[in-house]
Amino acid sequence: MYDFEFLRPDTLDEAIAALDRDDAMPVAGGQTLLPTLRQRLNAPSRLVSLTAIPGLRGIRREGDMLVIGATTSHAEVAREAGAHFPALAALAGSIGDPAVRNLGTIGGSIANNDPSACYPAAVLASAAVVVTTRREIAAADFFQGMFGTALQPGELVTALRFSIPERAAYAKFAQPASRFALVGVFVAQSGTAARVAVTGASEGGVFRWEAAETALSGDFRPEALAGLTPPATGMIDDLHGSADYRAHLVGVMTRRAVARAAA
Amino acid sequence: MARITISVNGQNRSAETEGRTLLVQFLRDGLGMTGTHIGCDTAQCGACMVLIDGRAAKSCNILAQEAAGRCVTTIEGMANPDGSLGPIQQAFRDHHGLQCGFCTPGMVMAAAALLAENPEPTEAEVRGYLEGNLCRCTGYHNIVKAVLAASGQDVSALDPALSAPG
Ligand SMILES: Cc1cc2nc3c(=O)[nH]c(=O)nc-3n(C[C@H](O)[C@H](O)[C@H](O)COP(=O)(O)OP(=O)(O)OC[C@H]3O[C@@H](n4cnc5c(N)ncnc54)[C@H](O)[C@@H]3O)c2cc1C
Ligand code: FES
Ligand code: FES
Repeated sequence: MYDFEFLRPDTLDEAIAALDRDDAMPVAGGQTLLPTLRQRLNAPSRLVSLTAIPGLRGIRREGDMLVIGATTSHAEVAREAGAHFPALAALAGSIGDPAVRNLGTIGGSIANNDPSACYPAAVLASAAVVVTTRREIAAADFFQGMFGTALQPGELVTALRFSIPERAAYAKFAQPASRFALVGVFVAQSGTAARVAVTGASEGGVFRWEAAETALSGDFRPEALAGLTPPATGMIDDLHGSADYRAHLVGVMTRRAVARAAA
Repeated sequence: MARITISVNGQNRSAETEGRTLLVQFLRDGLGMTGTHIGCDTAQCGACMVLIDGRAAKSCNILAQEAAGRCVTTIEGMANPDGSLGPIQQAFRDHHGLQCGFCTPGMVMAAAALLAENPEPTEAEVRGYLEGNLCRCTGYHNIVKAVLAASGQDVSALDPALSAPG
């Protein structure tokens, strides 16, 4: 790892000012960024830690919304979101291992937009809003392909605002070595509408499986998906699973998620 | 370079660090506390696990300066004050929860974090909690048994073949 200057300001304004140069980067839990820096895939001259900024952390209920600060750890979401949004708490509790969950944050996860990360599926399926230092971004506009997001240089995620679905569940087929999703599906249902977001499967990163959503609208049961599998074109094809296998898993995990949500 | 102070096992300890210095390097190279091991150095194996403010963290995957001012507990802090093995360490010894011992500091720290959160875990909860700790020797069974024993639970039924007399 190349050396860098490390700053840990305790206000958002100071963090924004410290990031106002080309090769400065924010760091939250560091669970993704530090391994990347150690592989010398990136060489920032300055890292600005967001973890000392009190306003960025914590979970609060606002009407039928759940607002989660960007530096809230996966462990905190697993412990504290359960009373409001159990499917989200369960997803957070299934990320990596306890040590990763204690440091890793929801803001870091979505800013990174790993194609196999868990949170992007929940954010997209529950049509959450990404709140940044500059604007509010709808989930559908935020994720822009593998590791791509709508964030501009220097723009920070400050919070996620979830509309809590009536019923929801996440079903993850974990890649056994990394614990990331080989395929993960988050389903959310409110009224007659159903939303299905898939992570881990596509070369394009997290996506909505619209054929499944249509089948589930007004008939939110696993049986409504009988025989349905997305096309294998564009699915990730690697040593952990072929594109056909991943497409098959999307069907299986979606049915499991619906069964879990409907139970 | 910046001199930082971290409370390690209840004592304030200081050392010089660069921005890129990892917590595990602060402990091993800065303070000479080599009980915390480096296995994979890629955040996968858990040999470097310590507690930060009571919660498990991989010390190879957090910067020392990020941990400045916080309370870190390492394997050196797990013995009894008179230097004898602490209860979790003793259970690992009694139940043969180690072979080469390389993973053991991390296993003991993970067990300490688990038992602080959940004083009487089930076998499944122990296995789930140790997800981030890899062992190349034991096959995990005796580690799980040691953690359950350290929680004060009767583990004789877990492995009748081994615990039967003669
Ligand atoms: C062993 C292991 C297993 C894992 N398993 C899983 C898993 O099963 N599922 C899963 O989803 N993830 C998994 N992860 C990844 C983990 O969830 C990370 O915590 C997460 O991806 C990144 O969060 P972080 O806070 O650590 O971000 P960091 O590593 O600090 O940052 C990641 C990126 O986001 C940027 N960033 C951070 N915060 C912000 C912000 N507020 N605004 C703008 N940009 C920001 C950083 O500059 C960096 O580019 C695993 C990681 C490890 C090491
Ligand atoms: S050395 Fe830290 S996880 Fe392996
Ligand atoms: S005892 Fe050798 S790695 Fe665990």
